[in-house]
This record gives sequence, structure tokens and C-alpha cells, in this order.
Amino acid sequence: MTTTIIKTTTRLLAPLILVFGLYIILHGHLTPGGGFQGGAVVASGLALLIVAHEHKKVKELFERAPLSQLESIGALGFLGTGLLGLAGYTFFKNVIANSGFLFGGKTPIGINPGYLNTGGTLAYMNIFVGMKVLAGLTSIILIFFLILKEGEK
Amino acid sequence: MNFLGFFEIAQILVGIGLLVSAIVAIRFKNLVAAVIAMAVFSLILSLEFYLLQAPDVAIAEAGVGAGLTTAMYLLAIKNTTDEEVIE
Repeated sequence: MTTTIIKTTTRLLAPLILVFGLYIILHGHLTPGGGFQGGAVVASGLALLIVAHEHKKVKELFERAPLSQLESIGALGFLGTGLLGLAGYTFFKNVIANSGFLFGGKTPIGINPGYLNTGGTLAYMNIFVGMKVLAGLTSIILIFFLILKEGEK
Repeated sequence: MNFLGFFEIAQILVGIGLLVSAIVAIRFKNLVAAVIAMAVFSLILSLEFYLLQAPDVAIAEAGVGAGLTTAMYLLAIKNTTDEEVIE
């Protein structure tokens, strides 16, 4: 499945897909899309990279990729961001909004083009969900690729 | 009889495209070609979601339906033996 056409297309297309997925995750509170959609786009870019390369290269490339750790960090971070609101308020209370922290800028009233440094905990939750979806979907493809190839020998 | 707008024409074309790609995906004897037809079906379906003003669902459909499931199907087909598969 690793022909020259697929390799050349992947070399051109994969960086664009990965950057677009990260853009969707980071701008989840401003534009359509969010953690899940961006994570799925990044995972499909990584799937393209996995399918287009040889078994040995993929194995040595993804051997030290912390996919399991990323998934755990995603779940625990999402829960921790939700628990942050329990400090005096309710579960999932947006405590970071308008606080001056990162992603805690003041939101202007009225129609505006959308500013990245707003949103409070929403941006953090999008990043954590994106991390989890990315790691989960990529590991599914990786297990399909590696284990099925192992049985072939 | 009133004239159809752009929205109605696009709906009809997308519906025809969905039907054709779905029938083609069933009728193909070559499994790899059938999987590609399914990816085309998923892509047209994401266009339909975008026309119905659900860009969130459209991005999810394009990423999961056209990208990930196609890769999974191709990896699974590549590791099965069947005389219908043309390498």
C-alpha cells in the first residue's frame, strides 16, 4: 500500500491536516468544531501517516509515543477543570473567565470578531478532549496496523 | 410552478449523489473500490450536513467517516484473503 503516489500525497497533505486539526481544537470556543472534531481531524492525519509508511518505520516512530499517557491526561484534566469550579461555586463553573489568567481575558459586549484569549475553562476543556480523542483514535489505527501486520509473518 | 432556488437544487443533487454512491458501494465486487465509494458517500453526507447548517457535525463526519473508517477498512481488507480482492 506504500506506492509513490500515496507517499508524495502524504508528504504534502499530512502537515496541513495536522495544523488544521490543531486550529480547530484551539479555536473551539470561537468557530465551529471543538475538541472532538479537531481530535478526529488530527487522528485522520496521523492515520494517513501510519498507512503510508512501512511497518518497521511506524513501529520505531510510535514506540515511544505517549498515547496511553495522553489519553489519561485528557480524561483527568477534563475532570480536574470541572472540579475547579467546586471552589466556592458549582461543578463546571467557569471560574477562569474574566479572571486575567491564560484564556481568561475580558469578553467585549456586543458583536465582535471573536478573541482567542477568552472563554475561560471552555478552551482548556477543548484542549483536553482533543488530546483524549487524538490518542484514542490514533491508537485504534495503530493497533489495527501493527497487530494485523505481526500476524502476517 | 415556482422556480427552485439554489438550496433546493443542491439538496436534490446531494440526494442523487448519496443514492448513487451508496448503490455503487454495495454493487462493487472489488472490496477496495467499495471502501472508496463509502468514503465518497461519507464526504457527500458531510456536504449535506454543511448545507443544513450544522458545520460541527460536518467536520466530525468528514474526519471520522471519510478519514478514519476508510483507513480501518483498508487495513482490515489488506489482511484478509479473498479471491475478490485485486491487489
